[in-house]
Amino acid sequence: MSGNSEHSSFEHSSSLTTYVVIWLALLAGTALTVGAAFVDLKHFNTPLALIIATIKATLVALYFMHVKGSSEKMTKVVVISAIFFLLLLLVLSMADFGTRAWS
Amino acid sequence: MPDQAVSAVHAEGHDPALLHHFADAQQQRDSSSLGMWLFLATEVMFFGGLFCGYLIYRLQFFGDFGAASSSLSIKLGATNTVVLICSSLTVVLAVWAAQHAKRTLLLSSLILTIILGFVFLGIKGIEYKDKFDEHHVPGPSFSFENVKIPGQPADHYAKPNHAELYFSLYFAMTGLHALHMIIGAGIFVWITVRAWKGQFGPDYYTPVEMAGLYWHFVDIIWIYLFPLLYLIDRHP
Amino acid sequence: MATAVAQPVERENYLNKHYGALSWLFTTDHKRIALLYLGSITFFFFIGGFFALLIRLELLTPIGDLVQADTYNKLFTMHGMVMVFFFLIPSIPAVLGNFLVPLMIGAKDLAFPRVNLLSWYLYVIGGVIMLHCMLTGGVDTGWTFYTPFSTAYTNTKIVEAGIAIFIVGFSSILTGLNFVVTIHRMRAPGMTWSRLPLFIWAHYATSIVQLLGTPVVAITILLVAAERLFHLGIFDPKLGGDPLLFQHLFWFYSHPAVYIMILPSMGVVSEIISCYTRKRIFGYKFVAMSSIGIAVLGFLVWAHHMFVAGVSVYAALVFSLLSYAVGVPSAVKVFNWTATMYKGSLHYDAPMLYAFGFLGLFTIGGLTGLFLACLGIDPHVTDTYFVVAHFHYIMVGGAVMGYLGGMHFWWPKISGRLYPEGWAKLAALIVFIGFNLTFFPQFILGYVGMPRRYYQYPGEFQVLNVLSTAGATVLGVGYLLPMLYFLWSMRYGKPAPDNPWNAAGLEWKTPSPPTTFNFDEEPVVTWEAYNYEELGDFPEQEASGA
Repeated sequence: MSGNSEHSSFEHSSSLTTYVVIWLALLAGTALTVGAAFVDLKHFNTPLALIIATIKATLVALYFMHVKGSSEKMTKVVVISAIFFLLLLLVLSMADFGTRAWS
Repeated sequence: MPDQAVSAVHAEGHDPALLHHFADAQQQRDSSSLGMWLFLATEVMFFGGLFCGYLIYRLQFFGDFGAASSSLSIKLGATNTVVLICSSLTVVLAVWAAQHAKRTLLLSSLILTIILGFVFLGIKGIEYKDKFDEHHVPGPSFSFENVKIPGQPADHYAKPNHAELYFSLYFAMTGLHALHMIIGAGIFVWITVRAWKGQFGPDYYTPVEMAGLYWHFVDIIWIYLFPLLYLIDRHP
Repeated sequence: MATAVAQPVERENYLNKHYGALSWLFTTDHKRIALLYLGSITFFFFIGGFFALLIRLELLTPIGDLVQADTYNKLFTMHGMVMVFFFLIPSIPAVLGNFLVPLMIGAKDLAFPRVNLLSWYLYVIGGVIMLHCMLTGGVDTGWTFYTPFSTAYTNTKIVEAGIAIFIVGFSSILTGLNFVVTIHRMRAPGMTWSRLPLFIWAHYATSIVQLLGTPVVAITILLVAAERLFHLGIFDPKLGGDPLLFQHLFWFYSHPAVYIMILPSMGVVSEIISCYTRKRIFGYKFVAMSSIGIAVLGFLVWAHHMFVAGVSVYAALVFSLLSYAVGVPSAVKVFNWTATMYKGSLHYDAPMLYAFGFLGLFTIGGLTGLFLACLGIDPHVTDTYFVVAHFHYIMVGGAVMGYLGGMHFWWPKISGRLYPEGWAKLAALIVFIGFNLTFFPQFILGYVGMPRRYYQYPGEFQVLNVLSTAGATVLGVGYLLPMLYFLWSMRYGKPAPDNPWNAAGLEWKTPSPPTTFNFDEEPVVTWEAYNYEELGDFPEQEASGA
């Protein structure tokens, strides 16, 4: 069996260069987040911080967790489902808390 | 559909890591991977409840939360973020090393990961001690008097009770995260022992990869916790 | 293949392969783990039933004369917690699911057998903690744990009960995880998704709910404990905390939880109806998809438990609309089951009687759910016995009927013995009569104003309460009978052939009981599910047992 599992390139592997590039991108994103926090962008501060965080999280998921390039479609289904149900919790709760002031 | 070799399980000289009920190593690997991803999905929902509470209260008490948040050290928080990002790098290096049969790199990456994990926890410990000294730990000794709300006129002080709510969330969220880090460090100690025994190589590195997935997830949680807890309303 | 021999078959199977307590306590065989669960959940069913008995005894008279008010609060709390977390949620998945999922898909075991065993141990540990909690004072908040009573005012053992439920929650999550991976990765060649038994589809949908919902109640419980122990006052009104945040987080799980309790039962009903009408389930794809639909839509409706709690009226409108929507996939199933029976060759054996009971009682329970979803009606009937009747029609009339039907249907496979058909039919009838006598009066009681969770009531409600208690006694007898004759059959029952009902499904191609690794050779599936046209009718068989 050991011969069968050798792939010419591992499915769950990128090059070392890729990993270092992503690492640097993550560090840059951190610096950006901290810097942006000190700039007055009014209501846009929070969304910007969340967008940067989401980009960082996506990079970790795609490259470090090998979601990108994975032939296994269930991985992507599971990730998207988790995000979907989390958003469901947040959004539908806000349907209550966000509209209390209306009545 | 998994590729089935009908009598693969009892083939002579089969992989010692192959468990009996699986048809072949590929099926076992795919099962482990799906299992770990599903577990991470449950963790998303587990932390999600806390994020939900945080979202609701932060919108309600934005000013007070801003005042409470400004008592946290951005330096320490940002340092910890960098520490975790570096540890995620060491984790992927460990997986790569196992895939390419590089034993020294594997062991050193794993050990470095554990060390970085402990650095994170150490810094967290310092932060918690600061909060304790400043009486920002919720409970009978909590005190948050005369702290200005950022961006408001001089006499607008934060309500202490809302600040205590913020710190309740702070300790709940960072505490739960730290608990996951401790568990992660423990998992990596176990992986390191197995790696030292030579159990991982290009044919079999699944546990390293699965432990790595868990660690990256804990990193992603922190990637969100840091801006949400530390960076509210910091601009002058 | 066993025939009518006096000697039980001594062929090696999963029951006799190893003997001794340790071989059971350290087993990784999904079939043995299923039996371990069977024992444990039956134990807790008795405990929950005991609390129900005390409740019904108290309610025989309008005044509170059996127990004190605080004690009564503990009774209905413990009844709810034990029945929901320690009986209903595990029941079908942990017993029938564990036993049948690998068999039905042609696998040797679940994907993670050791995790399966861990799952049972977690259940037992949680159960022991809960027992200790109950014996040392219990909890009085209602199974719903609402804050701030549970966090700030009650002196009962919230943290301990919370820990127990947290641990069994983990057990539930791991079971769900195991099923999803197994169904995805371990199907035999030829077992495509569209050839899967609907029982598998139902358990797949259930597992999704277990995986994604349970963690939310887990964190909620931890937060309640953290507030009580560490003053992390996230729900504390003094700090600005909102009691409704607790309710949102709690019901985000606990509503989908009711689908955890009913979906497996629906899967069982599909298997039974198709076997006892000798027909493929009408609209197979619709029924399969409706399971997934129920699982997903079930996550969208939770705040219908909070219509009068203080949510905004706009949220109430949204959740009311969504709650009507979630009734649709359930209705699809009921219509398709009915259509299956049209021009079918019906056999009225015990499993089918339970399935019929399910159909009627689940329909009533489901329709009354729509009453509750209506914003105009809900304020009138919420927190009354109308709600109590509604959910017992679904949980007991639906889920437990399905569980009993399934236990009968697969008993020959599990034990290698036939149950006594005459007694089983009698028991099914007693259960049906007892159930309706217990719970139908409660619809009326609720509608005319009797509140739930009260140990006393106005005198004019007594007649209906007495009827309800009488019904509960009959129901208890109905439940006791199968326990007795199943045990009897293990020693004295007729040995079962491999396929006593000539039913479709891979599990029936194994011996009764199966060997430890299920299949000698991995099956290759080339036929569609429910191929009753090929299988024909029931085998000629003598009347079994008594």
